[in-house]
Amino acid sequence: MDILLIIVVLFVLFAWSRALLRYRDHAISLGEFIFWTFIWGAVIALTTFRTRLSFVADIAGLKRPVDVLIYFSIVLLFYLLFRLYVKMESVEQNMTKVIREIAHQRRK
Amino acid sequence: MKQGMKQGMNQSKNQQRVFIVIPAYNEEKSIGAVLQGLRKYGYQNLIVINDCSHDNTAARAKQAGAMVLNHIINIGQGAALKTGIDYAVQEGADIIVTFDADGQHDPQDIPMLLEPILKGKAEITLGSRFLKSTSQVPLLKRIVLKGGILFTWLCSGIMLTDTHNGLRAMSRKAAQQLQLRQNRMAHASEIIDEIHRKRIPFKEVPVTIRYTKYAMAKGQSVFNAFDIAFKMIIRKLVR
Repeated sequence: MDILLIIVVLFVLFAWSRALLRYRDHAISLGEFIFWTFIWGAVIALTTFRTRLSFVADIAGLKRPVDVLIYFSIVLLFYLLFRLYVKMESVEQNMTKVIREIAHQRRK
Repeated sequence: MKQGMKQGMNQSKNQQRVFIVIPAYNEEKSIGAVLQGLRKYGYQNLIVINDCSHDNTAARAKQAGAMVLNHIINIGQGAALKTGIDYAVQEGADIIVTFDADGQHDPQDIPMLLEPILKGKAEITLGSRFLKSTSQVPLLKRIVLKGGILFTWLCSGIMLTDTHNGLRAMSRKAAQQLQLRQNRMAHASEIIDEIHRKRIPFKEVPVTIRYTKYAMAKGQSVFNAFDIAFKMIIRKLVR
């Protein structure tokens, strides 16, 4: 088993567990959970069979192995940005609840 | 006949508690006249949500006899609307009307918004400026709004004639069903998305939008459309 595959599998398991937890907390629907399961499953499948997908790399113009790392990093950064955005939204929602509660209390 | 309908509406208004929710941010120049206009047409339950204005919006609204709720931080029109809607429900409102503070809306349109709800034909009525020829919509605004209609259709599957019109009415039941999380301008698209998701019966009603110099200066930039689109896409991903 190569190093890249181990790293990808570990990361995917981590990311998928986050989706599972959000689904169990009813924060995302079953459809969305299936969507993320499919996405992360595809990441593992593509990493595992990447040598057999050389024709895809040719079509995309990828010839150096380092490009895989670059593209993987871009995907990772997008994921982290997305997580950050979701977290920020959650904080804003909590702040809004407090502001709303104060507005209601002061009106009484 | 119009007079008869107005009388009928007034009778209905006596039986049903109609609350007008008005989000306001730095609207000291217009809020007094807006509230007076609503009072003139018999609306007594006026809720102004002062979204942390820097001017005398809250004082002017109080002088004009409105119930004023103050946000201690400016969090946006969507959040202010939700604060007002929650408060109206808490105060026993049967029907809630959302109304802009900048003088763009006409109180004369409210009976038309209430009618389908009072007759049980809809739970929410949405004002549409494009169903009435009296609204002189500027060209750029018209293009952006039409784009918004298409985007809303793609996102929510509902084809409307106007999507970002702040003049709307909802029954108590519908107000309790709506889960609004968009604090800023994307709330208008979110309401339509919620209508679709919760299968809330709705109807579009022709209304007039007055594009005064003041309202145009206060109104949102057309570039906000991109922000709204982005937020709606994210909402679809994380909901």
